[in-house]
Amino acid sequence: MPILRLLLRRLGVSVLVLFGVSLLIFCVARVVPGDPARIALGPNATQEQVDALRAERHLDEPIAVQYLYFLRDLAHGDLGTSLYTKRPVTTDIASYLPATLELVLVAGLMMIVLGIPLGILSARFKGRWMDHLARLLAVTTVCTPAFVWAVILQLLLAYLWPVFPLEGRLPTDVAPPPGITGFYLIDSLLAGEPRTFAVTAYHLVLPSLALALSGIGQTARLTRSSMIETYRRPYIEMSRAYGFAERRIARRYAFRPALIPTLTILGLDFAAMLANAFLVERVFGWSGLSRYGVEVILRKDLDAIVGTVMVIAGMFLLTNLIVDVLVSVINPRIRLGEGRAKA
Amino acid sequence: MSTRPSSVAWTEFRSNPISLLGLGLVILCVGAALLADWITPYPTHVGPIGDFTAINQGPSAAHWFGTDTIGRDVLTRIVFGFRLSLVMAALVLAISMPVGVILGLLAGYIGGWVEFLIMRLTDIFLAIPPLVLAMAIMGFLPATLTNAMLAVTVMWWPWYTRLVYNLVRSEAREGYVLAAEVIGASAPHVMFREILPNCAPAVLTKLTLDVGFVVLMVSSLSFLGLGVQPPTPDLGSMVADGAKYMPDAWWLSVFPALAILVLVLGFNLLGDGLREAFDAEV
Repeated sequence: MPILRLLLRRLGVSVLVLFGVSLLIFCVARVVPGDPARIALGPNATQEQVDALRAERHLDEPIAVQYLYFLRDLAHGDLGTSLYTKRPVTTDIASYLPATLELVLVAGLMMIVLGIPLGILSARFKGRWMDHLARLLAVTTVCTPAFVWAVILQLLLAYLWPVFPLEGRLPTDVAPPPGITGFYLIDSLLAGEPRTFAVTAYHLVLPSLALALSGIGQTARLTRSSMIETYRRPYIEMSRAYGFAERRIARRYAFRPALIPTLTILGLDFAAMLANAFLVERVFGWSGLSRYGVEVILRKDLDAIVGTVMVIAGMFLLTNLIVDVLVSVINPRIRLGEGRAKA
Repeated sequence: MSTRPSSVAWTEFRSNPISLLGLGLVILCVGAALLADWITPYPTHVGPIGDFTAINQGPSAAHWFGTDTIGRDVLTRIVFGFRLSLVMAALVLAISMPVGVILGLLAGYIGGWVEFLIMRLTDIFLAIPPLVLAMAIMGFLPATLTNAMLAVTVMWWPWYTRLVYNLVRSEAREGYVLAAEVIGASAPHVMFREILPNCAPAVLTKLTLDVGFVVLMVSSLSFLGLGVQPPTPDLGSMVADGAKYMPDAWWLSVFPALAILVLVLGFNLLGDGLREAFDAEV
C-alpha cells in the first residue's frame, strides 16, 4: 500500500514539525524580555501575587524544565489555563474553533466552486475579453488584504444596499441550534430547523466571500496557466488525432493533471485563510477563534496564545497532509515515488 | 533555471502594458511617499492635532478624501501612511532577505547536517501561517512600530531560505560550478561569486513582490491593533478606526483601504512583470 506508507511517513513528519513549532513558540514566549507573570498580572499586582503565579506556572524553574512541564501537559491534552477567561485553554478553543472552521470551510468551498471554473473558462477563451477580465480579477483579488474586502463588501452589500446582514452568526431573535458539532449549518440540520439553517447560511455569505476572494483569484490564475500548459502536451494532440471529442479530452485527459498545481495551492490558501479569518471575523463581529486570539494577545495571556498558535499550526499541517495525499492519488508518478510534480 | 540577459529582459518587460502599469503605480506611491512633506495639502495633520472647525467632512475640493473625527485631512494621512509602510517594508526586507539568502546558500551548497538543521528549522517556521506567527510574537511584546517590524522580520526569512535552497540545488549541478570546483575554488567563492549571481533575478523578483506583501502584513497587524499606534498615520489602523464610523463616514476607511490596494497591486504587477521578463521561477 504505497498510499498508506506515504500517509504514515507524512504523518510522522507533521508530528515532528508540530513538536518543533511547540519548541519555537515556547522559546518566543519565554525568551522575551520581562517577567511573563508580571506582564500577565499587570502593574497593579503585588509582588506576592506575581510570585504565586510564577510558582504555580513553574516560571521560576530553568527554561528547559519549563518546557518539559509544557510537553507533559501537552501529552495529556492540556494546554494550560487562560488567565483571562480562567478556563482551560482547550475548553476555550473548543468553544471558539467551530465558528472559525465553519467560516473557513465555506470560504474554501467557494474558492473551489468559483475559482476552478473561472480558471478553466479563462484558459478556454485565452486572449479574449473573458480571459482578460478573469486575469484582472485574479490579480486584483490576490493582492487585496481580506480586511479590505470585508470593509468594502460590508459597506456595499450591508449598509448601502442592505441585502445581507451586517454582522454576527445569527440574528438576536434566533436561538443557536443545540450544540453537537458547533457548526451551526450542521447542527441546525441535525436538529431539523431549516429556518435556522437558512439564516445561518445567509449570515455566512459576506464574511466567507471576503475571506475567499483572494483565494478565488489565486486558484483561477493557477488553473488557467496549468490548463494552458497541459493543452500544449503531446498526448492531448494525440487524443485529438484519434478523433476524441473535445469534451472528452477536456474532462478525462486535460483536467486531472491540470488540477495538481491547483490542489497544492489550495492547501496554502487554506492556511492563509486560517490567518485571514482573524481580520474578517473582526469586521463582521464573528465570535470565532480570532476574537479569542486577539483578546488573549492584547492581554498577554501566555498559555492561551501558545495554545491558539499550536492549534492553528496543527490544522495547517493537517491540511497539507490531506493535500499531499490527494495529489498522490491523482498523480501516479508521485504515488510511486518518482519525484514530485512541479507546481 | 534559465535566465535572460538584462537587455532582453528589459525589452520583454517594456512590451507588457500590465508590467508598465505596475511600474507606474510603484513610482507614484514611492514618489508621493518621498515628497510627502511638500505635496500633501495639510502636512501638519500627521500628528494628533487637526482642524477642529472641519471635522467629519466628506470628500470635497478642500479635502479630496474627507476629514476624520478630529478634522485631519485623510489624503495627507494616507500619503504619510505610504511613507511609513514603505520604510517598514524596506527595513524588514533589508534584514530578512540577506539572512534568508545566506542560510539558503549554506543549506543548499554544504548539505549534510547544516542542510538538515537549516531546512527543518525553515519547515517549522513555514508551518505557522505568517500572520499568526507575527501576531503571536506581538503577543509577548508591547505593541510598537519597532516590535511589529521585528515580528514580521522573524517570520519572513524562511521564504528566502527555501527559494535560494531550491535554486542552489539545481545550480550546483551546472557545469560552471563544477569548473570552479575543479580549479580549486573555495566553498565561499563558489557560493557567493559563482552561484549567488545566478540566483539574483529570482531573489530580486521575490523582493519586489514582497514589498507589497510586507505592507499587507504590517497593515494587517495594525488593523488588529497590534502594530503602529496612534497618532502615527498608518493605513491598516486608519481602516480599523474608520470602520467604527460606517456607513456615515465611509471615506474614513474606504480610501485608506483602496490606498493599500493600490500600493500592493503596484508591487505585485511589477514583480509579475519582472518574473516574466527574467523568466525566473519564484
